[in-house]
Amino acid sequence: MTVKQQIFSILVSLTVFFFTIDLVRKKRLREEYSLLWLGTSVLMLVLIIRYDWLLALTNLIGAVLPTTTLFLGSILFLVLLAVQFSMKISKLSNQVKDLVQENALLRYEFEKSFNRREEQPHAKDTGKAEE
Amino acid sequence: MSDTLVIIPAFNEEAGIASLVAEIREQTPDIDVLVINDGSSDRTAKAAREAGAIVLSHNFNMGYGVTIQTGYKFAYEKGYKYIIQIDADGQHDPSFMSQLLEPVIKGDVDFTLGSRFLWHDSYRPSFSRRLGILFFRKLVTVIIGREITDPTSGYQAFNRDVIKFFTTDIFPYDYPDADMLITLNLAGFRVREVPVRMFANPTGKTMHSGVKPLYYMVKMCLSIFVTLLRNRQLYRR
Repeated sequence: MTVKQQIFSILVSLTVFFFTIDLVRKKRLREEYSLLWLGTSVLMLVLIIRYDWLLALTNLIGAVLPTTTLFLGSILFLVLLAVQFSMKISKLSNQVKDLVQENALLRYEFEKSFNRREEQPHAKDTGKAEE
Repeated sequence: MSDTLVIIPAFNEEAGIASLVAEIREQTPDIDVLVINDGSSDRTAKAAREAGAIVLSHNFNMGYGVTIQTGYKFAYEKGYKYIIQIDADGQHDPSFMSQLLEPVIKGDVDFTLGSRFLWHDSYRPSFSRRLGILFFRKLVTVIIGREITDPTSGYQAFNRDVIKFFTTDIFPYDYPDADMLITLNLAGFRVREVPVRMFANPTGKTMHSGVKPLYYMVKMCLSIFVTLLRNRQLYRR
């Protein structure tokens, strides 16, 4: 890996790391979703600084160039992120389902008691009028 | 309050809902009728209410499975002992409701399913639809080890045990037909088919058109497959 490549990679990982921290700090990103981003940027940084680890990993997975390992890592990260989002969406859909059902049941109860209250004063008035 | 609730899931059924509710109330005046309006953009809810039904409304369209589960939750909360489920599109003949309910009330079975193929003069669905039904019929029959002729019927009756079971997260609201029968079988409920008359859909509206049937079949097969892989403990009542 050339010095140029190393500097660029370090800058990218540090930018991702601090940008994620900043988003969490400003409450624009939840901690739950930031972990994967932070983990990936730290891992990238470690592999760039400890170049021998990156070479060992490249050798282990059978890739030719260390940069390929980094690209493969990025793709894996994106896949994991997509899976995490799909899981969250499934959970949210389920929660929306429960809320819509609960709302339908509560609205029925509300309308029933509202109608009853609307009728009651009318019944009283009628009673008084008859007296 | 009666101990039986007829539930009708409805989405944009303004044209036929009032007459269906009126027909059911005329045939069985002592039974409560619930219409669940699944976010219709027309006057389905108003028409149903004016015809004498109890009406629940979803804020937006959630699909058939979620809609019927809202009905089950209502029935369970209100203490109904039996549910008869009938479609709003006029395909199911309401005069068969008592035949559907009878074995459940007697306690012979927990769940009855109306089958158009066991009744001599029901309409014949289109060739592609028959093919789809045949596929699921064979699949369900093999999986549960008993002949089921009309797994996608939707015309059914069941008791409070099933109502309670269906209010839980195990209810397959994405595919409340073949997958539901397999779920019932895994939970040990007794299911029986009853001959009923079904008519061709008078509005011509269908949930399955275009490429949807193929997509539906693939998703349904996946759903059945994962149902079979799930831990059996989940199906304990």
